[in-house]
Amino acid sequence: MKYDVIVVGAGITGAAVARELSRYRLDVLLLEREAEPAFGVSKSNSGIIHAGTQNPPASLKGWLCVEGNRLMREELAEDLGLNFVQCGQLVVAFEESDVKELEKIKADGEALGIRGMALVDRAWLDANEPNLGPEVKAALLVPSAGIISPYRFVYALVENAVRNGVQLKTSCRVTGITRIEKGGFYVEAGGQVHTARFLVNAAGLAADEVSAMAGAPTFKIHPRKGEEYLLDKKREHIANRIIFPLPSRTSKGILIIKTSDGNPMIGPTAHETEDKADLSTTDEGLAEVLAGARRMMPSIEKSDIIAYFAGLRPAAGKDFVIRHEDSAPGLVNAAGIQSPGLTAAPAIAAMVAGILKDHGLRLEPKAEFHRLRPKPAHLFQVTLAETRHLIEKNPAYGDIVCRCELVSAQEVRDAVKRGARTLDGVKFRTRAQAGRCHGGFCTTRIMKIMHEELGLAATEITKRGPGSELIKEERK
Amino acid sequence: MKERELVIVGGGPAGMAAALAARAAGVRDVLLLERDQHLGGILNQCIHPGFGLHHFKEELTGPEYADRFVRLVREDPAIEVSLRSFVVKLTGARELSFLRPGALEEVKARAVILATGCRERTREMIAIPGSRPAGVFPAGLAQKMVNIEGWIPGREAVIVGSGDIGLIMARRMALEGVRVKAVVEIQKTSRGLVRNVVQCLEDFGIPLYFQHRVSMIHGRDRVEKVAVVKVDDDFKDLPGTGFEIACDTVLVSVGLIPENELLEMAGGEINRRTNTPVAPAVNLTSVPGIFACGNACKVYDLADSVTKDSELAGRLAAEYLGAAA
Ligand SMILES: Cc1cc2nc3c(=O)[nH]c(=O)nc-3n(C[C@H](O)[C@H](O)[C@H](O)COP(=O)(O)OP(=O)(O)OC[C@H]3O[C@@H](n4cnc5c(N)ncnc54)[C@H](O)[C@@H]3O)c2cc1C
Ligand SMILES: Cc1cc2nc3c(=O)[nH]c(=O)nc-3n(C[C@H](O)[C@H](O)[C@H](O)COP(=O)(O)OP(=O)(O)OC[C@H]3O[C@@H](n4cnc5c(N)ncnc54)[C@H](O)[C@@H]3O)c2cc1C
Repeated sequence: MKYDVIVVGAGITGAAVARELSRYRLDVLLLEREAEPAFGVSKSNSGIIHAGTQNPPASLKGWLCVEGNRLMREELAEDLGLNFVQCGQLVVAFEESDVKELEKIKADGEALGIRGMALVDRAWLDANEPNLGPEVKAALLVPSAGIISPYRFVYALVENAVRNGVQLKTSCRVTGITRIEKGGFYVEAGGQVHTARFLVNAAGLAADEVSAMAGAPTFKIHPRKGEEYLLDKKREHIANRIIFPLPSRTSKGILIIKTSDGNPMIGPTAHETEDKADLSTTDEGLAEVLAGARRMMPSIEKSDIIAYFAGLRPAAGKDFVIRHEDSAPGLVNAAGIQSPGLTAAPAIAAMVAGILKDHGLRLEPKAEFHRLRPKPAHLFQVTLAETRHLIEKNPAYGDIVCRCELVSAQEVRDAVKRGARTLDGVKFRTRAQAGRCHGGFCTTRIMKIMHEELGLAATEITKRGPGSELIKEERK
Repeated sequence: MKERELVIVGGGPAGMAAALAARAAGVRDVLLLERDQHLGGILNQCIHPGFGLHHFKEELTGPEYADRFVRLVREDPAIEVSLRSFVVKLTGARELSFLRPGALEEVKARAVILATGCRERTREMIAIPGSRPAGVFPAGLAQKMVNIEGWIPGREAVIVGSGDIGLIMARRMALEGVRVKAVVEIQKTSRGLVRNVVQCLEDFGIPLYFQHRVSMIHGRDRVEKVAVVKVDDDFKDLPGTGFEIACDTVLVSVGLIPENELLEMAGGEINRRTNTPVAPAVNLTSVPGIFACGNACKVYDLADSVTKDSELAGRLAAEYLGAAA
């Protein structure tokens, strides 16, 4: 089939681009090599909708971050039914002499258009963040920062894009791209060849390979690993805001992060690696993260940790690479999307649409664009009174599958109906298996629901796609 | 809100023994809440023999042991059993909220016994580094898969931890034709029963490595191998002692943690290290009228000891109710 635009990669960048393009009368195809969207970098990050501080004032990522943050607060959270919480952030200083640094961050931030920042002293901190350690002397308060569930953000964008006519193909890796003489591309993926006038490359860690395939070997991705450690929900109220130390040259430092699901998180580290598949956590990473977090909040203990993971920032130099490649006409790269890519994605999408338009794509608004996406019901997000109401409407909301995170059979079924095909897909959408027992109690039940809904045998059910089957054999 | 005399949360051996003992001691109205679709708790998946040697003077399997109590509970019309009923909230004034298919119910109890059992400690709690592929299972989950569902999780397994569940699962997997290549234990001795070390490992020729730890899990989609290293008395790695074991499955059996989130909600004091109630004596909690028994109170090795202590909890609740009447 012939498409106006093929988007490669269904991470946050590709999802946002697809949704943006779905406003217009275009045929758009979104291709993802993994079994589901959001299985790349976009699943393993800090989930912060950054305010935009700590970016150089002249950088692309700086202003796209500030704009992405604005879009989230003013439009997307509401339109897409996202559980965005604008909790604000603090950048803390350990020395009185560092207050000058905070003032510089404030001035740089104001130049980028960040509003409402203020320096706060120890007395303010004692009143508002009582768990901060004695070493903290002062902080910069940045109210526009917030938190979100990163994968649910991706799912919401993809669902809404599909609702508006975008075609999504998962388990569909782009393996070859040929330029057509008169313009456009043949794209080989999943055993089929698709034709596209324009190609948007949002392939994350593989973006350099995809760009080279299309004839523009113009940059290289250097992964930078970040390890993150999640704490028990019992520690939910340890911090009221996201806490940053003063940044170093290579990273924003070890943070104490609120997450939209309640568990606080500490991390991430930042270490270059050559291996694009290296998602391992290490003893050293754990020690570094604990030390960094405990300097700000000494009451955090190793025994608070209930889960951990690592993510790779797909960096290509210091800034994002968002441009039309003149050496491969029709190819627009949205690559090198390191932090704050999750925040910036909606602004990146608008910028990509603009570039496509400048290169001849007609953006004619659809008669009817479905801007809104209904918010899925999650028991863990609602009060007991609302839970009662849900159960009265549908008894299956009272059938609890995951006891640690309070997830009902109905939510698991909904997740499958909305596209979950793997256990991780169910986990990311519903939180079932994400709590302190890590699926010890609910995994078999979820597998049975997947069997009922999808007709999959136990041996066919995977954690995250082919090769990650849980069960080797079924005996009756 | 409906009032009940005694509400028991959890229908494993602890909850059932407490219910029966409370009735025998004169309690007239018992509501027993169990979130599963059967009574019996963890015993339902323990199909190995070794239960009841003290209490019944015979050797029973877990389900047989449970069944003896289930029958007595079912015969007693004053014990109302509510299955698929998941308690989500408990207050210090003993108000309970529970969800079941079709309803959210609220009751006020004059006394409460928490018999909620344990959950397993996980790979994450001991922070085994490495990747996070499919094939790493808490041993109890693997036990449920094999014994209840007939699902064989892998072909070649390494077991982390030599507690009873790990030992029993080593044998269970070996019987199902899985190659169990090693049990790796960081301590100098096994926490499990001696009979289990002999019957489950030695009889099957499964090597047990004491003072070793799994230092890395490898594999992108599915486990491919683990790295193992010897440690000294302070659990520090001994350089040059590392080796690798190829396997597709890792079972983690590193202990149990009492489930006391409800007690915590009700304002009860909890020992943060062991997650057990802080109280002057067994079965008590720091909240008047709320009792805890079985694995929720402390981790037991033997179901018979659970039964014995839980009967005491039933009597304590009866006494409390009598005193309050
Ligand atoms: C530890 C860590 C913490 C972070 N914290 C934050 C934060 O708090 N806030 C923030 O704003 N940002 C954060 N980031 C950055 C953010 O996660 C990334 O910028 C963002 O997720 C990048 O999204 P993406 O869509 O470009 O890449 P991805 O999510 O990786 O998406 C690319 C997709 O392309 C697919 N793909 C690749 N090759 C092919 C092919 N040949 N064919 C088909 N599909 C293909 C991949 O499978 C993948 O799904 C963090 C990053 C890390 C690593
Ligand atoms: C793998 C294994 C092997 C064992 N082998 C032996 C052996 O060979 N011999 C021996 O004597 N002993 C053995 N034991 C020990 C013995 O079985 C346990 O100590 C005993 O079953 C604990 O009983 P319990 O009732 O406290 O907990 P459980 O049996 O775990 O029961 C707790 C119940 O509470 C329910 N529940 C929890 N939270 C809620 C809630 N919020 N709402 C409603 N219901 C809830 C649960 O669903 C569960 O049914 C073994 C234990 C295990 C785990």
